[in-house]
Amino acid sequence: MHCPRIALGLGFCLLVGIALCSLWVYVENWLSVSYVPYYLPCPEIFNMKLQYKGEKPFQPVTPSQYPQPKLLEQKPTELLTLTPWLAPIVSEGTFDPELLHRIYQPLNLTVGVTVFAVGKYTQFVQHFLESAEQFFMQGFRVHYYVFTNDPTAIPRVRLGSGRLASIIPIQGHSRWEEISTRRMETISQHIVERAHREIDYLFCLDVDMVFRNPWGPETLGDLVAAIHPGYFAVPRQQFPYERRPLSTAFVAGGEGDFYYGGAVFGGRVARVYDFTRGCHMGILADKANGIMAAWQEESHLNRRFISHKPSKVLSPEYLWDDRKPQPPSLKLIRFSTLDKDTDWLRS
Amino acid sequence: MDPREFWGKSTKFWLCLILLFAVLLGFYSQDTHSVVLQRMQLEKKESSERDCHLDTCRIPEVPRLVYPKAQLLKPTRVDVLVMTPWFAPIIWDGTFDSAILDAQFRNITVGLTVFAIKKYVVFLKLFLETAEKHFMVGHKVNYYVFTDQPANVPQIPLQEGRQVVVLEVRNYKRWQDISMHRMEMISNFSQQRFLREVHYLVCLDVDMKFSDHVGVEILAPLFGTLHPGFYRGDRQSFTYERRPLSQAYIPRDEGDFYYAGGFFGGSVPEVYRLTMACHQAMMADQANGIEAVWHDESHLNRYLLYHKPSKVLSPEYLWDEHMLRRPPLLRKLRYVAVPKNHAEIRNR
Repeated sequence: MHCPRIALGLGFCLLVGIALCSLWVYVENWLSVSYVPYYLPCPEIFNMKLQYKGEKPFQPVTPSQYPQPKLLEQKPTELLTLTPWLAPIVSEGTFDPELLHRIYQPLNLTVGVTVFAVGKYTQFVQHFLESAEQFFMQGFRVHYYVFTNDPTAIPRVRLGSGRLASIIPIQGHSRWEEISTRRMETISQHIVERAHREIDYLFCLDVDMVFRNPWGPETLGDLVAAIHPGYFAVPRQQFPYERRPLSTAFVAGGEGDFYYGGAVFGGRVARVYDFTRGCHMGILADKANGIMAAWQEESHLNRRFISHKPSKVLSPEYLWDDRKPQPPSLKLIRFSTLDKDTDWLRS
Repeated sequence: MDPREFWGKSTKFWLCLILLFAVLLGFYSQDTHSVVLQRMQLEKKESSERDCHLDTCRIPEVPRLVYPKAQLLKPTRVDVLVMTPWFAPIIWDGTFDSAILDAQFRNITVGLTVFAIKKYVVFLKLFLETAEKHFMVGHKVNYYVFTDQPANVPQIPLQEGRQVVVLEVRNYKRWQDISMHRMEMISNFSQQRFLREVHYLVCLDVDMKFSDHVGVEILAPLFGTLHPGFYRGDRQSFTYERRPLSQAYIPRDEGDFYYAGGFFGGSVPEVYRLTMACHQAMMADQANGIEAVWHDESHLNRYLLYHKPSKVLSPEYLWDEHMLRRPPLLRKLRYVAVPKNHAEIRNR
């Protein structure tokens, strides 16, 4: 009469065993992709699958009039135009805007922009959007994603045709560092949930900035970084990398190409997803170890750009600090900070 | 009826059902999970191979490397243009760091196509020997030797990871036809074999030798090489095909560079597109009774004008020491012509 009980017991053990096996295989596959310690709970981001949009075949350039490139012209000392891994460094004079426009226009691209306007930072949105309407990606379809904890504080700005703005509510935090570090997570989740269907390229910009000159398709690339205006002339030992080995953003003394700014990065949607997700994993691991990197997500961004080198680098023209004197090698400042009282803003 | 027996049967039934469900769930989730991952990887691979031309760099992860830091305010070369207006790097010595590039391009296989037809088989030995010393050292290479005399292909000792694949093809009476039909043969074999065997194709002339490093810095979705005779010139002086009847026609006010027919390449899909387009253009010309002034080179130039290459190789990558005096801006000569008697070698 204890046969059913034994059968029940065996059956139950088998059931539990199979369930554990499936779970193990599932988790194992994901673990091989990230480096998060196993004891952390897996955030929902692991379950999100990215469906890639179909690629468009390359379109030939239509015949057009433009001057012949001058191979042997001696140029006065200017900026470096190629990184050692052959990524272009974009600055005024290195490209032909007409030609690029003709190459990119037929591709019917949509460019997305994410900005975070949390707490007192909502006051910058108007000026940001107005200047973007004047200078950012003229002639292209643009979609602004404004993340805020207070949608009512976001002003209505008149946008040109083919340009949209979406206001996305997010949670506010009391500490500004927390708000800053959460951006990577928010961006990658947003890409999976929505952006990958709506845009081809994405730029993640700081909101307390303004466009001053044209920012066009010369900035488009697979994975794009911008050189920080404060460190483009100093040796790598002086870069404000995270120097504590405990952090995942740690960079040793002899490493580093450029110090990139956290206020501007972007690229193809799929690449930005990989990038932000990678940074977020590093931030989570640091959190588990009770450490926050010296410059929050900018430190993680710099760590990641060393091992996943950007395919295009923007000169400090694309990320400038107006408080600094403009050097002669930077011809055209396109995107720069607004003078502001950061202490008050962050309180 | 015994209540315990009844309960036992029902339990067993439900238990079996639950077990079956669990097993199916286990297999299904594993299966779809790996299928989804595979599809993502495939799409990722496809999308990165059909990559927008205008971005040449791969984003694979690089391990920790030690190398000198680039300086933004100190360009490496001030005497030459190192980037085209459409952001294609122009590869000169000093512009690239091989340590980083080799790490970015690890685990790739490069295919090299070379045509040794009729008397040109004599060039193979020196070509392959010097390639072993200088071409893509440290990477996997497949030499695809197109020839009408497979028996005359010399046996060269090869480094590890490198092999010679002999492809027997027909010859043509005129040397111009041999030159032009290279496009057709490359496009055929691209589809049949190269797509599955290599990541990149480099299409070279055989009557040359390697004299210095030619590595992964040249690899891009599509690249061409500056012809050594025209890198200084104005577009009006380029020997493009100037008759509007030809498919290779380029008007006098157009043109970026004059590319050489003896060194081009790219990813397999892009080389396939290029060679197919050139071959079709040559067939159209043949039907119209016209032959472009520089044969396949004219058609190559037309294609690269309207499908801008993602990298351009400087004349370091194709030079003729006997015809041209070496200027100081050429710090290295990597791939140079071997002297030959044109009249004797080209016909019969």
